[in-house]
Amino acid sequence: MKQRYLKNVVTLELDPGKCIGCGMCLEVCPHQVFRLESGKAQMDNRDGCMECGACARNCPTEAVSVRAGVGCAAAIIFGKLRGTAPCCGESGAGSGTGCG
Amino acid sequence: MEDSNKIQAAPCCGTDNSKNKGTCTCTLSNMDTVKSAFPIIGSINTPAGIVPQIATRLTFQDILDTWKARWDINRMDYRILPGLYAVGLPDSKSPVLVSANYKMSFDRLRQELGGLNLWILVLDTKGINVWCAAGKGTFGTNELVNRIALSRLAEVVAHRRLILPQLGAPGVAAHEVLRLSGFKVVYGPVRAADIVKYLNNGLKADTGMREVRFGFKDRLVLTPVELTGALKPALIVLGLLLIINIIFHGSLAVFQVLSRTLTDFLPFLGTAIVGAFLVPALLPYIPGRALAWKGWLLGLLWIGAYLWFLIPSRNWMHASAYLLILPPLASYLAMNFTGATTYTSLSGVLTEMKVAIPAQIISVGLGVLLLIAKWTVLGP
Ligand code: SF4
Ligand code: SF4
Repeated sequence: MKQRYLKNVVTLELDPGKCIGCGMCLEVCPHQVFRLESGKAQMDNRDGCMECGACARNCPTEAVSVRAGVGCAAAIIFGKLRGTAPCCGESGAGSGTGCG
Repeated sequence: MEDSNKIQAAPCCGTDNSKNKGTCTCTLSNMDTVKSAFPIIGSINTPAGIVPQIATRLTFQDILDTWKARWDINRMDYRILPGLYAVGLPDSKSPVLVSANYKMSFDRLRQELGGLNLWILVLDTKGINVWCAAGKGTFGTNELVNRIALSRLAEVVAHRRLILPQLGAPGVAAHEVLRLSGFKVVYGPVRAADIVKYLNNGLKADTGMREVRFGFKDRLVLTPVELTGALKPALIVLGLLLIINIIFHGSLAVFQVLSRTLTDFLPFLGTAIVGAFLVPALLPYIPGRALAWKGWLLGLLWIGAYLWFLIPSRNWMHASAYLLILPPLASYLAMNFTGATTYTSLSGVLTEMKVAIPAQIISVGLGVLLLIAKWTVLGP
């Protein structure tokens, strides 16, 4: 069963003007967000995006942008308490968050 | 097989960087240290020096380590020395796989590779898995380019292609690696279990191999860590309940005070199990999308059932206080499972937290006030 998360919240953007249709974003995306249509990438399943940032990092022309980060509540809370960026670094946030 | 591939797909991470033992490439002089971490069965001579050859069968110790890591016992000790390793008898034309130096990821990969001849380049990800390390950038372009240079990979193999786990992609810019090292990065399957199929397919991943799944077993293996995480707050609650019972019933026999405390603790225990175990296990079947909501809903059902069936003498203040306090706790625990899911986005989590956290705090606060009011009027 496929999980669905909140609608219309992600920051993923695609600039078709910059896309050269290399297909890299399709290769790296773990949620099949993109599709190649007549030599250009298209967002098929934008709400499926988990903002991992793989597509933006690997797009050679910077046609894709996304605010990447860990969607992890504990990490965000610990980050806020410590005044750092939301990152589940130290042991406190790490345990209890199911991090591998 | 499905479950053993899970952790690679678990976002969010935990490590104590101070425990990082530094970077070192694997040379013969440090092979003794390596041996203690996993079986080295031989060595291969290459133009870049001696490369340790590793076993593809897991020992009992390896399996024990995996089990312990799942329960959060000493999980930071499971790291592999970064550097180049050989599987079988690879030569200059053999493929190169890239992995993290988290022992579980590495074990999962090597146990799939029986009968193959290839190289594994282990990056220094401070002992955390590919996915988390990629998110943090330790499984990243810089580390990869440095590790290629340090291991003198260009002298070991004649080709210029690296196979990376797809989940490493958030940290690595393939085009940058090509520019900086001359090696072309291709992304292999998400799951180590598909790697042989991928290699035999001529490095083609079908859609299934590219997709992160989050099935029942995947979720279940993550719950021990969630439960361990809920243990500490649960013990604090237990301690508080004990103190309250000693204050109000100090005149009773010790046994009675303890039994009252345990009875009071039952709804909290149930809530912890709901938030840390039931919500993850039943995730897709609970209506709604936000995890905080799912936790609240299940918590409410549990407390409703508890009050209805287990507390015969229902007092409305007592019941309302429990309905105000406990579902938000389940909601909070469930919300924390966003750290382990493979589909929740940062923006989504921020969106739900913006509503959930104030609601949780207000609800628990009102509940506690009501409890105090009830105690002052009626006694506990
Ligand atoms: S990676 Fe960039 S250039 Fe390539 S197809 Fe995707 S958007 Fe287009
Ligand atoms: S950020 Fe990740 S999940 Fe979202 S579209 Fe890009 S690769 Fe896919």
